[in-house]
This record gives sequence, C-alpha cells and structure tokens, in this order.
Amino acid sequence: MAEATWREISPGNVVHTPGSAKEYHTGSWRAMRPVWDDAKCIKCGICYIFCPEGCVRQEADGFFRADLDYCKGCGICARECWPGAIKMVEEG
Amino acid sequence: MAKRVGMEVAIAAAEAVGMCNIDVAAVYPITPQSHIAEHLSEIVADGRIDAEYITVESEHSAMSVCIGASATGARAYTATCSQGLMLMHELLPIVSAMRLPIVMSVANRPVNAPLNILSDHSDIMPQRDSGWIVIFSENGQEVIDLTLQAYRIAEDKDVMLPVIICIDGFILTHMVEPVEFPEQKEVNKFLPDRVPYATLHPDKPLTMGAFAMSDYFPQMMKAKDEALVNSKKTILKVWDEWEKQFGRRYRPVETYKAKGAEVLLLIMGSMGETAEPAIDELRDKGVAAGLIKIRLWRPFPFDELRKAVKGVRVLAVMDRAVSFGDSGGPVFADVKSVLYSEDNRPLTVNYIMGLGGRDVSVEDFVNMAEGAVKAKKEGYEFYGVGD
Amino acid sequence: MSIVENFDLYAPRLIDKKEYFSPGHRACQGCGEALALRLACKALGGDTIVSCATGCMEIVSSLFPTTAWELPFIHVAFENAAAVASGVEAGLKVMRRKGRVADRDIKSVAVAGDGGTADIGLQALSGAAERGHDMIHICLDNEAYMNTGIQRSSQTPFGAWSTTSPPGKVSFGQRTWKKNVPEIMAAHNIPYVATACPSYPLDLIRKVDKARSIKGPSYIHIFSACPTGWRMESDLAIKIGRLAVETGIFPLYEVKNGKYGITVDVPDPLRPVEDYLKLQGRFRHLGSPEIKVIQERVNLEYGKLIDKVNNLKSWDEN
Repeated sequence: MAEATWREISPGNVVHTPGSAKEYHTGSWRAMRPVWDDAKCIKCGICYIFCPEGCVRQEADGFFRADLDYCKGCGICARECWPGAIKMVEEG
Repeated sequence: MAKRVGMEVAIAAAEAVGMCNIDVAAVYPITPQSHIAEHLSEIVADGRIDAEYITVESEHSAMSVCIGASATGARAYTATCSQGLMLMHELLPIVSAMRLPIVMSVANRPVNAPLNILSDHSDIMPQRDSGWIVIFSENGQEVIDLTLQAYRIAEDKDVMLPVIICIDGFILTHMVEPVEFPEQKEVNKFLPDRVPYATLHPDKPLTMGAFAMSDYFPQMMKAKDEALVNSKKTILKVWDEWEKQFGRRYRPVETYKAKGAEVLLLIMGSMGETAEPAIDELRDKGVAAGLIKIRLWRPFPFDELRKAVKGVRVLAVMDRAVSFGDSGGPVFADVKSVLYSEDNRPLTVNYIMGLGGRDVSVEDFVNMAEGAVKAKKEGYEFYGVGD
Repeated sequence: MSIVENFDLYAPRLIDKKEYFSPGHRACQGCGEALALRLACKALGGDTIVSCATGCMEIVSSLFPTTAWELPFIHVAFENAAAVASGVEAGLKVMRRKGRVADRDIKSVAVAGDGGTADIGLQALSGAAERGHDMIHICLDNEAYMNTGIQRSSQTPFGAWSTTSPPGKVSFGQRTWKKNVPEIMAAHNIPYVATACPSYPLDLIRKVDKARSIKGPSYIHIFSACPTGWRMESDLAIKIGRLAVETGIFPLYEVKNGKYGITVDVPDPLRPVEDYLKLQGRFRHLGSPEIKVIQERVNLEYGKLIDKVNNLKSWDEN
C-alpha cells in the first residue's frame, strides 16, 4: 500500500473509490480450494448465494466457479452443495 | 436600518441560528442552554424556518445526528454545555477530522463534580485539542454576529471545520441586552447556501470514517492541524467582509487601553466587560493598566497576542478553569508557551477566578491588577479562595 | 420449507447479482456476518446509505485508503450507528423538501454488531425508534465483541465461553441469558421487527426488502455465525444457522404492526439444543446439567413466542 503525503490525502480522509478493497487479493489466505464437478452440478446457485466473499460466479455455460483471487477456502460452498458437486482440495 | 431591541441573549442566539437557514437541529436540553433549545424549537414549530428539529435522547446522539445530517450535505446545528459537552467529547475530534462544518453554541457551565449549573470555562477547556474552531463572545451583540458568521467560516472551502461559539452560561445567556439583528436579506447575501465538498449519496458512493493504520495516520493528523491553523486566514477574511457589510469589527485579540500599559489583564468571555471599568479605575488611580481580550481561542492567535503584550512588564492571565496538576489554568499554559521564546517577555501571573459562577466584580479586577503589579515571580493563584 | 425445493427456479434469477459489499474485505474465512451483510445489501439495493458502528464489518471493509463498500457509507463511533442514521435520514428529508437533493427514495440504514446494538448502542437505537425515523437498524449478531477479541456481550448465550466469561474453577462461562432485543424493539411499537438468518437467504432477503418498504423505523436481528469466536470449522456457518433455527434457539419470526408470525417452520418437536451446542468449541465445557438448563429455557422462550403468535393482534385490527 503506497503512502501519501498529508497534502495528497483527501480532506476528511474520504475514500472516493467504491469497492477499492478489490485491490487486496484475499485468495492468498487460503489453504484449500473449491473444485466443481460439473457433471453433478444442478446449477441451483447455492454456492453463489452462500459465499461470504461474493466471489463465486456463474460462468457463461451456467456452471459456477470461485474467483481464486478472493476465495479464502472456507468450504461453505462445498458443505452446502446439495448434490455434493464441490470438493475442497488442498492448495500447493 | 436595523432596529435595536432588548432581548435575552439565549433567545437572540436562537434567533440568529434561525436566520442561518439551518436544515437540521439536534438538541438535548441542559441548563443554561435550554432557552436556546426551546426558542429554536418554537421557531421551527411556527414554520419560520424549514428545518428538522430532532429531540434526541442524549447530547452524544445530538452530535451524532448532526454528523449524519452534515455528511449528507445538510447544515446542522446543536447547542450544549457542561456535562453535555463532556458527553459529546468523544465525537468532537471525529467531526473535525471528517471536516464537517457543524456549528455549536456552548453555554459555558462548570463540569461535575460537584454539579454546578452556573458559569465557568471548565467545559470548553477539555475540548481545546479537538480540532474545532472556538470563538468566545462577550455580549449579546457578539453572540448574534458570531453565530451569523459561524457557518460562513465553517463551510468555506478553505476551512471545512466545525465551529463552537462560547456564551457564558447565565451571566450572558440569561441577560437581557440591547441588540440589533441585521435584515434577513443582508444575512442571505453574507451567508450563501452550503456547497459541500463530499456527501453521502448513492449517485457517488464514498466511504467516510475509514480506519487508518500507522502508514497514513500521522499524515492525517498533520492535515487536520494544517487545516485548523490555516483557517485563521479565512476567519480574518470573513471578519473583514462582516465589517464591510454590517459595520462591526471583530479581531482575534481585542485590546482596551493597552497602549503604554505597565500591567495587562488577559481575559476571555463576558467578564471582559466587567474588567473594562476596572481598567478605567486603575488608570484614574495612576496605574498604567490595560486589558487584552482573546476572542479567537482556536486556532490560537499567536502573532496578535505577541504583538498585544509587547513591551508590557506584567501580564495577568485570568482563567475560569483549572488544569489540575499543571501550573494553573489552561489559558495561562497556552499564553506562557506562546510567549516563551519572545525577547523581553512579561512576567506572567495567573488568577483562577469566577469558578462555579462566583461573581467577579470591578473591585476584584482592580485587586488582581494591583496584586499582579506587586508580583515578583510567575505563578498561579485561586483568587478569593484563601489559603 | 426445504431450502433447495424451489431454488433452481428462484436462486439465480431472484437475487440481485450486484455485490454491494465487494470481495477483498478482510473478514475471516467462513464469516457468517459478512454473508449476512452481503445478502442484506442485495435486498437494500443501491439507493441506500449505510451508517455503520465500529465492529467487525466496519473494520474488515474500510481500511484506508480502500473500501469494500459500493454504497455510500459512514462510520463514526461505536454506540451511535442508529443516531447517525437518524441524522442521515433527517438531512435527506429536509434537503428533498427544500429541493436541494432530488426527490428520490433513499433509505438510511444503521448497521451494527450485537455490542453496537444491544449494549453500548441500545440508547441510540431506542431513541431513533421512539422518534420514528424512516430507517432500518440491522443488528449483525455474532454473540460477542468479536472484533476486539471475543469478549462477551449481552448477546453471548448462557454458558458460552468468551474471553471475558471464560469457564474456570469458579465459573462455567457466561452467567446471563441473551437479552431479547427483538422484543425490546417490538415494545417500541415500531411497524416492523424481524429476526433472520443467512442460512435461510430468501427469508432474509424478503425481510430486508419488507423493512425497506416501511415508512418508519424497522429492526432486523440477523444471526451471524462466527467460526473464529464460536470455535468451529470455517465451513459451518450455514449448518449452524439451520440448527439454531431448528432447535428453537433462534426462531425466525417477524412482528408486523404488533402481530407476530413465524416465517420459517421448524420441526415439531424442536431438535434438541445439544445438536447445536456440540458443534461449537465455545460450549465444549458444558456438562449435561448446564445443557438441561439451556434446553428448559429455550423451551420456555419458544413457548412464549408461540403464545404471542397465537394471541397478539396487530394494532390495525380491532
């Protein structure tokens, strides 16, 4: 994170760019990663709904993937997936 | 042509606030501010101004409501003193850091314990590091003028800082004084609508009050200090504009018969008016006495004070509050530090007086001046309290 | 209702795809509170101004110079979210009247944790509700002062470990029962009070939406599982929320103009509280006697709620 001089900081310490937290890739935290088995997926969207990061996205083909820049590997999606289509796999 | 009326100063203060086209007032009652709160609510209830008057459940919430409203771009006002101001204390540095131009009347009253509903400055002194502009008034006319000027100063794009107008509790708030109100259209010319720098609105989502780590925090504090110090330029400019439009002149430091003085008394607030006849009496007796009145308390008027005391032999600083465990009162501490590096600085003594509403008479001021003349070393004394 | 029953029909279509609480926030892995907030924002939509108390969500989302918020957001202090939100509401109201701001329905929402709502924040919330401001107060209840290190609050459940109510030789943990804030808010006679849980996302979204449509104060108390503070696996937030509801520990209900209604059916009889307690490390030290006491109290409170559902009328019915 770059420092700023006192003149560069906006008055009142206001942050003008909404959603700028996206600069920080929380994906670096994780030890496990969710992997989807599209054969089992029923495209219900529960993984998308239950992700605390909001980083599970529906792709063009209708299946879901986690944005690995942000996925913290909590495992909620894998546990809640009704047809058991998601497995948590170790990183690295 | 403005008409002179006799009016209780608290009522006059509320009337002045009414003339400022405020949007939101959030007020919690506390003696002796209550007449301001009550009369302002009458002004709103009669539809004389279009504002939201929020009867909050505490002073802390009064300031919080003002913050929320000011952050949306509204012109917000509150008033308090004593315990109420102490309860708001948590929020004051937040308001100035967030650069929200809230205006507050403080009806100076002692802080507990013991509880005392009369008048002294112990409520405002703990706020001196809060980053707010603090201006003391001496009489009813000043209360009106300073209140009308407050938003003009606070909302100026070169300032964007909150302002406190101090009004001594009871000895000023409850006095009926002859005052003049300018015409509303003149006030409207003097005080334009607020143009906020940043507002809470979905069209431009922004975040106010983010937390900061040590990489940014010190710079933010410097920015805040620079803002307050630089605000003096604008305060002087606004006082200039006021004089041109309304004829009355305001200065950060006022002097009375200070020329050629051997001893100067220094005071803040309404007791300055009692000190003046004392100066006259001393002069008649052959004592070369004079008076300095500090009107602008924060940002402190360093240059004006140094200029005012140049050449005087003794400076007697009057404090109406105590900085316990320190060497006297807070004004004494500030004055000493301002004069520390001056060549030929005066012998500076401190009288702590007028605490808890104790009356200070003309004779008391004469006594204090004569005591100061005889003083041999710096120090402080609780006047009239005994050993 | 089975959560998945109509999901393939509803889920992707009904729920607003926009994320108002962006990824990149620093909440713990599996944070139920972040999920609750994320879902609530979807119901609130873009025309919302959030006044947030000091707490987990404020800290994880707003580290200068970045912010996870895609909504206008203000943080002031710990105890005054509801007061700041009142000020936002009042400021907008008067500026719309005076034509300085476009006449648009922008909702003021206070967001606070359990501390910032039920303890230090209770006064501001009570004042705002009594004055009738058009705003929502959302309590994200993770049952302790989590952000400062898992210290107990008035929302910490009976018997729970916390860093200021640790079990020891002369103590079994939290000595008092959870203060019932939804009931306190219902006693203010505000138009809408509800409890919600992210494990039932459609119910949560519907309630926030309902609150948004009310012209006046509303209060929503959201169960926010905290894997870190409750000492459980990071993937359990949804499961534990379901158990909280199915055991009657956290019933999902709403109070509309004084009329109580259960919004998510629970099994009859309720699941034993042990099913809920045994998954969380913060209850690990409890023995059968304590669990029995908890079970009795849960039965009592649930019974009281059902009584209210059956007997209390809305104040618009005669």
